[in-house]
Amino acid sequence: MKKRAITRALAAMCALVCTVALAGCGADEEGKIRIGIKFDQPGLGFKKSGTYVGFDVDVAKYIARELGYSEDEIIWKEAPSAQREAMLQNGDVDMILATYSITDSRKEVVDFAGPYFVAGQDLLVRADETEIDGPEDLNGKRLCSVTGSTSAVTVKEQFADEVQLMEQPGYAECATALFSGIVDAVTTDDIILAGLASAARGQLKVVGQPFTQEYYGVGIKKGERELAARINDAIEKMIEDGSWQRAIENNTEGTDYSPDPDYNPPVPTEGEE
Amino acid sequence: MASKNNESSVLFDQPGPKGRRMIRIANWIAGVIFAIVVVLILLRLHNPPDGENQLDWELWRPALEGEAWTDFYLPGLWMTIQASIVAVIGSVVFGLVFGVGRLLPNPLARAVSAVVVEFCRAVPVLLMMIFFWRGFAFAGIGNSSYWAVVLALILYNGSVVAELVRSGVGNLPSGQREASLALGLTETQSLMQIEVPQAIFAMLPAAVTQLVVVLKDTALGSIIMYTDLLQESRRLGSMYFNILQTLVVAAVIYFVICWLLSRLAEWLPEKMRSRTAAPTEAEAVAPIAIMDPSNVNQIAVAKEVEERRFSAGAGERQYHVHHRGSNASIREWRRTRYMQGYDETHPESQVDPLTGEFPAALRSQRKGKGGFGRSESKGSESKDGGKDTAK
Amino acid sequence: MDAFMELFREYDVLGAFLVNIELTLWSALFSLILGVVLVMMRISPISSLRTVAGAYVELFKNMPLTIIMVFMVLGVYAQLKLEFSDTFATNFFWLAVTGLSLYTAAFVCEALRSGINTVPLGQAEAARALGLNFMQSASLIILPQAFRGSVAPLGNTLIALLKNSTVAAAASVSTETSSLMKEMIEFHADAIVQIFLIFAIGYVIMIIPIGVLTTYLSNKLAVRR
Repeated sequence: MKKRAITRALAAMCALVCTVALAGCGADEEGKIRIGIKFDQPGLGFKKSGTYVGFDVDVAKYIARELGYSEDEIIWKEAPSAQREAMLQNGDVDMILATYSITDSRKEVVDFAGPYFVAGQDLLVRADETEIDGPEDLNGKRLCSVTGSTSAVTVKEQFADEVQLMEQPGYAECATALFSGIVDAVTTDDIILAGLASAARGQLKVVGQPFTQEYYGVGIKKGERELAARINDAIEKMIEDGSWQRAIENNTEGTDYSPDPDYNPPVPTEGEE
Repeated sequence: MASKNNESSVLFDQPGPKGRRMIRIANWIAGVIFAIVVVLILLRLHNPPDGENQLDWELWRPALEGEAWTDFYLPGLWMTIQASIVAVIGSVVFGLVFGVGRLLPNPLARAVSAVVVEFCRAVPVLLMMIFFWRGFAFAGIGNSSYWAVVLALILYNGSVVAELVRSGVGNLPSGQREASLALGLTETQSLMQIEVPQAIFAMLPAAVTQLVVVLKDTALGSIIMYTDLLQESRRLGSMYFNILQTLVVAAVIYFVICWLLSRLAEWLPEKMRSRTAAPTEAEAVAPIAIMDPSNVNQIAVAKEVEERRFSAGAGERQYHVHHRGSNASIREWRRTRYMQGYDETHPESQVDPLTGEFPAALRSQRKGKGGFGRSESKGSESKDGGKDTAK
Repeated sequence: MDAFMELFREYDVLGAFLVNIELTLWSALFSLILGVVLVMMRISPISSLRTVAGAYVELFKNMPLTIIMVFMVLGVYAQLKLEFSDTFATNFFWLAVTGLSLYTAAFVCEALRSGINTVPLGQAEAARALGLNFMQSASLIILPQAFRGSVAPLGNTLIALLKNSTVAAAASVSTETSSLMKEMIEFHADAIVQIFLIFAIGYVIMIIPIGVLTTYLSNKLAVRR
């Protein structure tokens, strides 16, 4: 009796493990396009009410439409910063639009199309802040940035060597710290900051003096030249017909943010020969 | 926590009328101080030096409304539970393999198991997670943070379970093994067929306690970007800048689940008692197992078992050497309460403070003496003594 | 071997371990003090103190350390403005120590409670018979014996504390081992196994002596009865 009960319990457990282990796999991916985005970046890629919103998402939808996929033929996947190259190499996703800067070291392992946006490192401060107009003013101030990002180090080395750095796992924590006054500024790419400011009910503002250039590209698997060309055509069309401008405005609503006019809108030539 | 009648500690005399008044006053003072601290914290949150009023309903509403649950907390909780269940089952398997491995007669198997278990127990789980996370990502395994969380938890908790198996076997009365050897089983057969199955039942409560550890440790996964409950609540907080509020909700969820599991771990020993000759209390390892059951006393137990088992002609076998050198029963420590005037060494002569009655065996004796019907006493005995006879 | 030396030259591995050891020692000290206070409250005659101590232990025992650490920064520091120092690094270090101490104190309390249960009833009764009051009998008779009886669980709590000190990363302490390991892997992906082994063996080297010492002390200090 007892033995049978144990066997049964064990069998049930095994079944449970199998279900749990397999859950999430096996979704129908035939005839669909898989796009990697950020899920936790307000204004760029964010999961909200079961759908996804943000500038990256809007660009991705436009490109997908130009490639011949309707909106419900897109499978959104989360692409955390540290995993983007691996996801492309393994073929987990077809393309990645996740604040993905085009750099030489990344180009060794993946290819890029685009750029679809030129961001610049900037500062986010409280709306009533008057002392900080650029990175030079940060001496003796406190600056927050996310773990593993080099942007705070850039500020410290090039502009203000007396700045105190705080590292947090995400920008939300940084923004919370900024709200409560334990830091004076948050630094990263301006479009990300604009997204945060837009969510902050008018209590935060972007300084608007970008001091670097980050070329956001569409990450694709190495060697897919033809796809890169088609994506670049789509981005060009998006910029021409005004949807690109609208997407930026929609996603930074409530802030008077505008992208660095010296570099935007960009000319998408990456990835073609 | 009842302060009624004889439920008080032996450390102080049963308070008289004056003492009781003092205690009442002290209670009031302590209560007031506690309330003042809480109010001060709330005031501080309500009106911080700069920043927003953290008690504002505008900040709490997005953290509590239905959308927050369906989009963030519940998916996150599901990920947490998913990783916990796989990790617990994996660690039981791992623990059985290496725990039994440490008891096998083969010295090579014992040495390998020992090295594996000791290594996995000494390395911080977070370091293992980071290593597997990056390692899996480089090796091209999709979903690397999930597997990193699961594998790191399996290795650590599995090594803990291995020790539980070993101490479970060590705590069995030697009669079990002697009987099976007398029946002609070999040492390995006796181990696998008689001792280990009983040890498994003995360790189940401790394994449930371990489930709490696993569940708590999945929160480490948020550091390596696993989208568990903690990570999802952070995400929700990044939309409305109410991360403090969403973290409170997540903390409450974690607490409720862990607390329920802890209760289960306390209740389970009762159920398990009839299935094993070993002590089933999670308590034997509880103060340690809750956090880190690298219990040296268990190791001492198991070591003695090993010495006896594998070296010829050792002396008297000792069990229950937890807290060696003391004769107090650590096994019953959660149940043991120092009762006013209750002498634990002579339970038969006193009213049992837990039941408020005389021990069942004694009562039947008395009734017998009193010359009343034996059938009556028999009935009451089987009713009250059900737990004892089930042993 | 050269690669190993190179890694050591480039990164301050020993310094990172030192940070963890410092975190551990300070937290051990404070959690021991708090744990003793809690266990005294738990066995005291005043029922409200018993309730508060019991609730404290239940709360912290069933709460992930990661959440506590995040709270130390975003709640205690950011909202309640508990500040230890103007310098961020020092400030976060002490916030992490506070978080670790609060968490570990619950386990120290449980360890001591199990130690108190190893003290025979007669000891406490004899103390009362001699006319000692609660504080006297607790501090002179019960706790000294309880400490000797709970060396083993206390040692395990110390081991767990040392390992848990890596979670200080969640409280923005960026110089301790897990953060350093992450950084090193980021820049030397090809040497990931070596990097992990450096840190893992470092912990094994620290923890085995604690375990041996605990076993030795728990046998030596146990009250022979």
